[in-house]
Amino acid sequence: MPHGGDRSVKFGVLQFPGSCDERDALLACAKVADAELLWHGDRDLKGADAIVVPGGFSYGDYLRAGAIARFSPVMESVIEFAHDGGLVLGICNGFQVLCEAGLLPGALLPNVERRFVCRQVDLEVVDAETAFTNRCAPGELLSIPAKHQTGRFYAPDLDPDLVVLRYATGHCFNGSQDEIAGVRNAAGNVFGLMPHPEHAVDPLTGSVDGLSIFSSMAHAGVAV
Amino acid sequence: MDVVSTRVRVLIRPKEGILDPQGKAVERVLPALGFQGVANVHVGRLVELDVNDVSQVGPMCEKLLANTLIEEYSILTPEAEETSPDVGPDAPRG
Repeated sequence: MPHGGDRSVKFGVLQFPGSCDERDALLACAKVADAELLWHGDRDLKGADAIVVPGGFSYGDYLRAGAIARFSPVMESVIEFAHDGGLVLGICNGFQVLCEAGLLPGALLPNVERRFVCRQVDLEVVDAETAFTNRCAPGELLSIPAKHQTGRFYAPDLDPDLVVLRYATGHCFNGSQDEIAGVRNAAGNVFGLMPHPEHAVDPLTGSVDGLSIFSSMAHAGVAV
Repeated sequence: MDVVSTRVRVLIRPKEGILDPQGKAVERVLPALGFQGVANVHVGRLVELDVNDVSQVGPMCEKLLANTLIEEYSILTPEAEETSPDVGPDAPRG
């Protein structure tokens, strides 16, 4: 895929049956680096320096959101990649997949109001020193769309240092614990969030705030 | 020798203490339909399966069928009921 960013970093964007945001994620990645789709049945990560697990309804969300995708062949490689320190971003359903895989703490429960909600939300950058937010300022507000029915983050005994993004006051519609919107693993190389930065990378759709997540990863990828 | 399979039912429900909006919605609507005296409604799911080896169902629950961070499960066979390790069949549910 043609790109407008750093040529030395390559993103791999997973594609499951039922994914629906992988194209937007691919376009977002391509604005900052090289990017390629990776099919769920293929174990080869094709030399990717960073992985994006996109939104959608992988395997129809059967059983539980992310429960089946977590055992797909490509995820075996992603889990190994993450354990070796590789950067992995999970968005929405991708966040659910990473929690099911045990790469991130916690789980996502049905929204407190049970309804599917689609709206623009403000996210506060709690930690601007991660591989996913190094292009943000501490306390900065990112305007990013959220669209999900199963996004109530729940993680008993969570280490507060792992919180990267929080919904701004009045913006947490799903009932997430401590209004947490995005969380990382202890090693700092895996990050997940329910809102969709890949849908906020072009002025045409109202906000380009999501781009900083991808440019942060590209920056961190160069540093590695 | 023929392999004899056993019909097993796995009941999966939200863990105690975790807000269950589906259960709450059902609980709220029942009195409106004239059913009084209903409390602690929880909505879960049922997995039915025929297995040759019943002892595999516990590991299946732990690995795939349930997420034990947020859910508890009961395995019902024609002979017995086995529940998630941390939950007894008669444990009070909030």
